[in-house]
Amino acid sequence: MTAETRDGGFTETTYREAVRTAIREALLSDDRVFLMGEDVGRYGGCYAVTKGLLAEFGPERIRDTPLSEGAFVGAGIGAALGGMRPIVEVMTVNFSLLALDQIVNNAATIRHMSGGQFAVPVVIRMATGAGRQLAAQHSHTLEGWYAHVPGLKVVAPATIEDARGMLSAALADPNPVIIFEHVMLYAVAGKLPAVPAPISLTGAAVRREGHDITLITYGGSLPKTLAAADSLASEGISAEVIDLRCLRPLDTATIVRSVSRTRRAVIIDEGWRTGSFSAEVAARLAEDAFWELDAPIGRVCSEEVPIPYPRHLEEAALPQAAKIVSAAHVALGR
Amino acid sequence: MGEFVMPSLGADMEAGILVEWLKLPGATVKRGDIVAVVETDKGAIEVEIFEDAIIERLLVDVGTKVPVGTPLASLRTIGQTGSVGPVAAAPPRTAAKEQATPLPPPSATIMRPAARPPGMPAAGDATRQRASPAARRIALERGVDLSSVIGSGPGGAVISIDVEKAAGAAKPRTAERGPDLAAMRRAIGAAMARSKREIPHYYLSRTIDLTKATAWLESANAARAPADRLLLQVLTLRAVALALRGRPGFNGFHTAAGFQPSERIHIGTAVAIRGGGLVAPAIHDVDRLTLDELMGRLRDLVARVRAGTLRSSELADPTVTVSSLGERGADALFGIIYPPQVAILGFGAPALRPWIVGSAIEPRTIMTASLAADHRVTDGHAGSLLLADLDRLLQQPAQL
Repeated sequence: MTAETRDGGFTETTYREAVRTAIREALLSDDRVFLMGEDVGRYGGCYAVTKGLLAEFGPERIRDTPLSEGAFVGAGIGAALGGMRPIVEVMTVNFSLLALDQIVNNAATIRHMSGGQFAVPVVIRMATGAGRQLAAQHSHTLEGWYAHVPGLKVVAPATIEDARGMLSAALADPNPVIIFEHVMLYAVAGKLPAVPAPISLTGAAVRREGHDITLITYGGSLPKTLAAADSLASEGISAEVIDLRCLRPLDTATIVRSVSRTRRAVIIDEGWRTGSFSAEVAARLAEDAFWELDAPIGRVCSEEVPIPYPRHLEEAALPQAAKIVSAAHVALGR
Repeated sequence: MGEFVMPSLGADMEAGILVEWLKLPGATVKRGDIVAVVETDKGAIEVEIFEDAIIERLLVDVGTKVPVGTPLASLRTIGQTGSVGPVAAAPPRTAAKEQATPLPPPSATIMRPAARPPGMPAAGDATRQRASPAARRIALERGVDLSSVIGSGPGGAVISIDVEKAAGAAKPRTAERGPDLAAMRRAIGAAMARSKREIPHYYLSRTIDLTKATAWLESANAARAPADRLLLQVLTLRAVALALRGRPGFNGFHTAAGFQPSERIHIGTAVAIRGGGLVAPAIHDVDRLTLDELMGRLRDLVARVRAGTLRSSELADPTVTVSSLGERGADALFGIIYPPQVAILGFGAPALRPWIVGSAIEPRTIMTASLAADHRVTDGHAGSLLLADLDRLLQQPAQL
């Protein structure tokens, strides 16, 4: 079924295959689980995540939908209310704006408005981010908009392990969960334990330990941030890298703990600076770690333009390792 | 665009080791601010800057030894309003007293960097010391006065580690700054050998009756608290400065271009270092100081020689040297000129001697003043007149 190869206790795999394995496992282990979205069946998903699942599970459980996000996300919410465990795939976060009403006004509110009588255990997966020359209408980063809304959980798996483990945790959650998969991560290759350990849906993770500065990021910017930390290490600067993993609820304690040690923070967010999720993180640090800081909080965000199509302009618009290194230098006064 | 270079702190200095940056990129500095510490044969010297500027980039890493004249940092000059180019750098060190007209306020004239990196403080706010929140908290907890701490953070801000260092202070700054006496001895040797080789010295001496001067000093000190009392050395320094005003051939520099007299009178004042060693840092504009001001400068200078916190200008720009042996010293000294200066005056120990006053023999306080001067610039006649002027001035101590 998959291209995985066995290697002792570990499996060589990719982020894309890890997501597919997780969906397959969910379909196999719970009859209430089904997948629906645009081109997820016959086409195998526009990022080839769901390739082969239609043949294995049939059209009842792998459902191609019309091009109407409002309708099929709404149908997913209804199915969840009715006792099913739907996985709804939205092709990109840009298109999810057509379903904002369903997500923000229905999925996020029904438990509260019904006095706890009705739960909405829907999982909505979306591709997000830029880097594949898909131009402005397919490349934006709007995770922060969803993280604004109480009643939702918003997660951003940045590693193969999280891509493999977060789906089952999301399905087990009785409330709506939105999973953001960055398009540049799908091809990332790596190893997974053959028997994956259970993974928590919430809480940040320290991906690299350091003591001079804390670099805080999530999703598709994690590999760039780790590359920047490598480059800083070659100059003798020890950078700690925190992967937020879950944007709502935000694990403030982990970032405050780290910044209280390093006294400096740079936040890396592919969203635009103005009103971005990085602004929320910076505000939390200002509220809870102000007296620990030795430098203004730095940010590396996307330039304030619709993401351009030409490769050189797209690259110039996005956070890159070199920009992260410069921001770290500024925070360190170098 | 200007440069901050490794200064020459005397004729004997060829290179120095940059040991500490006290200002960092982005910092706005004023003429006279201490920017860096340089290790030389005379110990660690605080190096001042001679223009108002913004530190742009540091070009030399701490711990590096570089020759005199090597750019240490690039500067963005603070220009006039609307000017397109940088303003001329520091005036020559022997120029007349500057600041007749105050500079326009910096906020109006700073040429800001084209692209200020995010988080970099805006320039032009030099008056308020920046301290990070962590530094402020730790300073409060540990009772450290932030204004006494030198910042190493972004834009020269005081950060936590600076306060911790200041609070810890297990090793006071001065402890690590004592001069290397062996190196200093080598440096003195090199400078004096060069002087003897290149400068045709001539020597003159004159015995000066100090009875009036010491009597005046005694009555002047009677009204002063012990801490404010004047030393005889203050009178002699002051008299030298006033005498030099009318004798420019003894005050200035002799270089390849010939002799250039200095309008300002910066007296290199020889101070012995415990354990051996000698420096003669300048007291600036001695002819413009009152006796009390001069006493304060002298006290400060001696304290800082002992603490090892001399400043670059004090070492670089004495225009003449005075060496006073003090009450327990020898009767007279014959100095060696410190190049590129052209004269050194020496004062032996004052002592009671039988002296002829009118037609009687009286006990008087007598001191031998000597002059070693450069024959390329003056001769014995001019030197005699200088010593006579000095004698005359010291007979009227109330006028000093």
